[in-house]
Amino acid sequence: MRARFIVNEIGIGLRRNLIMTIAMIITTAVSLGFLGSAVLFNQQVKVMKDYWYDKVEVSVYLCGTDSGPGVAGSCAAGEVTQQQRDAIRADLQAMPEVQQVYYESKAQAFKHFTEQFKNSAIIDNLTPDQMPESYRVKLVDPKKFDVVASAFSGRAGVEEVQDQKALLEKFFKVLTWIQWFASGLALLMILVSIILIVNTIRVAAFSRRRETGIMKLVGASNFSIQLPFLLEGAISGFLGALLATGSFVLLKGVLVDKILEPNFPITRFIGWSDVWLSSGAVFIIGVALAAIASSLALVKYLRV
Amino acid sequence: MIRLENVTKLYPSQTRPALSDVSVDIEKGEFVFLVGQSGSGKSTFLRLILKEERATSGQVHVAGKDLARLSSWKVPALRRQVGTVFQDFRLLNNKTVQENVAFALEVIGRPRHQIAKVVPEVLDLVGLKGKENRKPDELSGGEQQRVAIARAFVNRPMILIADEPTGNLDPLTSVGIMRLLDRINRTGTTVVMATHDDDIVDQMRRRVIELEAGRVVRDQSRGVYGYSH
Repeated sequence: MRARFIVNEIGIGLRRNLIMTIAMIITTAVSLGFLGSAVLFNQQVKVMKDYWYDKVEVSVYLCGTDSGPGVAGSCAAGEVTQQQRDAIRADLQAMPEVQQVYYESKAQAFKHFTEQFKNSAIIDNLTPDQMPESYRVKLVDPKKFDVVASAFSGRAGVEEVQDQKALLEKFFKVLTWIQWFASGLALLMILVSIILIVNTIRVAAFSRRRETGIMKLVGASNFSIQLPFLLEGAISGFLGALLATGSFVLLKGVLVDKILEPNFPITRFIGWSDVWLSSGAVFIIGVALAAIASSLALVKYLRV
Repeated sequence: MIRLENVTKLYPSQTRPALSDVSVDIEKGEFVFLVGQSGSGKSTFLRLILKEERATSGQVHVAGKDLARLSSWKVPALRRQVGTVFQDFRLLNNKTVQENVAFALEVIGRPRHQIAKVVPEVLDLVGLKGKENRKPDELSGGEQQRVAIARAFVNRPMILIADEPTGNLDPLTSVGIMRLLDRINRTGTTVVMATHDDDIVDQMRRRVIELEAGRVVRDQSRGVYGYSH
């Protein structure tokens, strides 16, 4: 069949059913948008994990000024002594699991804390003396926290051994739930758009049953009868994917680069390569989805 | 050209077969009337030839092919050898006369220059010269049927199937259509025409196959309509 003839037929089909076509494109765009956003969100979580897990440390807090006989546990003997301090440091450095040890003094801890909460009222009554001093321990393998914890918990001069990774894991657990929710929503939307495409193509096939009936009668091949409908679906899928990609570009260019990135220096964000990755996925899925849905719709209406 | 051997067709929801044990042999170049009351099986007969339906039992051969063994992707090739005309014309009202005829060639992928050449020829043959750019609703019934015949014949099929082509036309117009079908038959095309029109059958004096309740009750060369209705 001649290309110009097919293009004409597709044009007629899309125009005849303009409102349904627009609905089909928008639904496809929204569902692909959800799908792509779910992919981008997953990428973002991955970026944050890589970034933060690389930075997590085990904090060994030393007994502070509030220590003394009244306090339960390892700080009952009072504030940490210089001797204890040196011994703990030497023992930490001797462990094969430990990569590096930094010392954070009370003054440094106060500085970090006030930076982090500079807009909050809690810092008004805070003095450096109230802050705990600590060793920040970077592990070769962040999962080996237990080894450090069991070696130092309860030791004289050590108030607490804290794993930052445990805090992060709580946070990522929440993110995982959001990920599941977003993916579920994306799948639901895709289902909705499949149903809508099937219905739209079915209506299109019905409104052109006269033409297709004649085509069958004069011996047009099944392929050439179905092709205009399949292409109609695929074009809608393509336009939907185009709109979805537009929304990803806005998401990255405005929300991430202009709003999130300057305000949350504590993490890194997805790059443009992630945007192009999900756009590519959305294009392939969108076009394939529409073509498959169209051929599903045609099975009933365009049999020989 | 068309051969039915002991063909029975039973539709799923019915108890009485639409055709039962029908055997008919139609040679190349014949002109055959298919007569019988409504529900006698004429339409089923024609639909079997086009492979729009499959025989429940028996064999249908068309243009040398056993239709039971013809795979579905080869059905279009069969239909290119069989032109069809109906009582209700089945034209596309948004296309002109010329476009309606060209449509039949476009959808089977004929090249543009060939379409430009044969469409005016066939319109001339059916007597529609000068009306190429009219739309079907600007034409009389007889003229619309001529467009339908032009569309069925433009691809030079070996067989032309006509299902009550004069059913919606007045007697005078019908005569014109019959002359046209006769002319097409004289080019060597086999014509099978189902009809209720006794005048036409009696005038033409061609082979008549009469169906009654799905059975062939008469097969007569140079026959007449033969029963009152």
